[in-house]
Amino acid sequence: MYSEKVMDHFRNPRNMGEIPDADGVGNVGNPVCGDMMTIYIKVKDNRIDDIKFKTFGCGAAVATSSMITELAKGKTLEDAMKITRANVADSLDGLPPVKMHCSNLAADGLHAAIEDYYKKQKAGKGA
Amino acid sequence: MSTKRVYMDHAAGRPVDPRVLEAMLPFEGSFHVNPSSVHSFGQETKQALENARVKVAELINAERKESIIFTSGATESNNMAIKGIAYRNKERGSHIITSSIEHMSVLNPCKFLTTKGFKVTFLPVDQYGFVDLKSLEEQLTDETILVSIMYANGEIGTIQPIKEISQIVHSKNAYLHVDAAAANGQAPIDVKNEGIDLLTISSNDMYGPKGVGALCVKKGVHIEPIIHGGGQEQGLRSGTEDVPGVVGFGKASEIAKKEMWAESERLMKLREKLIKGLIEPIPYSFLNGHPAKRLPNNVAVRYSFIEGEAMLLSLDMMGVAASSGSACTTKTLEPSHVLRAIGLKHEEAHGSLLFTLGKQNTEEEVDYVISIMPDIVKRLRAMSPLTPKELRD
Repeated sequence: MYSEKVMDHFRNPRNMGEIPDADGVGNVGNPVCGDMMTIYIKVKDNRIDDIKFKTFGCGAAVATSSMITELAKGKTLEDAMKITRANVADSLDGLPPVKMHCSNLAADGLHAAIEDYYKKQKAGKGA
Repeated sequence: MSTKRVYMDHAAGRPVDPRVLEAMLPFEGSFHVNPSSVHSFGQETKQALENARVKVAELINAERKESIIFTSGATESNNMAIKGIAYRNKERGSHIITSSIEHMSVLNPCKFLTTKGFKVTFLPVDQYGFVDLKSLEEQLTDETILVSIMYANGEIGTIQPIKEISQIVHSKNAYLHVDAAAANGQAPIDVKNEGIDLLTISSNDMYGPKGVGALCVKKGVHIEPIIHGGGQEQGLRSGTEDVPGVVGFGKASEIAKKEMWAESERLMKLREKLIKGLIEPIPYSFLNGHPAKRLPNNVAVRYSFIEGEAMLLSLDMMGVAASSGSACTTKTLEPSHVLRAIGLKHEEAHGSLLFTLGKQNTEEEVDYVISIMPDIVKRLRAMSPLTPKELRD
């Protein structure tokens, strides 16, 4: 059902946890479909300096969360915004078709975290 | 990966009993022989078929062997009963009653019939999954031709009060169909005593081969066939019978009749130990279904803040096969309709886990599952954004 890479990320999730003083936080998903994800980012010199995730969901939801943290870490915010759901799935050697939509939320979570960072920056400048 | 292999997913599929396989083998060798043929080969095969029919009839205390119509399994039997009664009785009435926790092979034929001019009422169930008898009484009208209620639910284990249901149904002159696929071989079903007009049973659920089942139709109850052809099975189910499969089904019924009591008693002890061990040491854990009126092999639990498929994968990594009603494990991406019907919220249904025990399971295996579960739950809760602070490390 799942690729070996998905199982590897499920068994040993990378960057799992919270960043209490995160610069941006992205929440995606809903309990109805069974996948909820929070992505935390720390930004330094316009780059993602640190990233962590928390996920409620199936094996694919955990693996995509873990994979996005690897893909995004060290990237500029602009490049990180360009990471797509397809990139995440490809990096995991594919996902079962039914999981492509429901559990492949990690890119959305990352983008939400970056947008949250921008919003906070704007608010900070305005103050 | 673990070297241990613990199979606790018997609701999904059961191994064939070696004694059943042995009984089937001679017939696999004469698979080409048609039981309807006049020659002696055909007649010997016919005899084997009829012997199997007797064994199946005896298991459920059917009044005569002719009540047993062999089918390709529970799905076909359910379709045959529901559509067969509906088509045959549409002059009498067009109302059907079923429950909201039936198997898809009951719910979907009922939904199909709503496109053919029939009205279907889906009865609610309580938090344990018991059908609301009061609303059954209220919904029954002179228009009602059929009530279809399952004997027991495979996902939450709850056993329905069939005899009481039968009395209510018959007081309004409707027929009662009971889907006993989850219960046959585990519960002492008695169609006469319990007042069942049509009963669905399946072979694999009692360690017989897959692809074989039966509909038991009480004498005097008439149904319209849904498969037309050469008129086998008294014209109710055309098509040459799967003789090796039916012989295996007969043997499985014979074994079940003999061994069911002792085995159910053994399973109930394992069940109680597993339920206790999965719930007591772990906070925010709950039992699905009724604590006492449940199938002997059914252990249905749920854990808050985590998701079922992730638990299944974690258990699989430790060599344990189980099941879940989470949306992520279904084809429809919806959480189990059964868990929703007993009032669970989506996120609660997602956290469900189902262990169904069988003949090969031992107390040592139960102890093993109990020993690994707390760490699995802890690890997934550490990952979950829903986990409250008090449960973190």
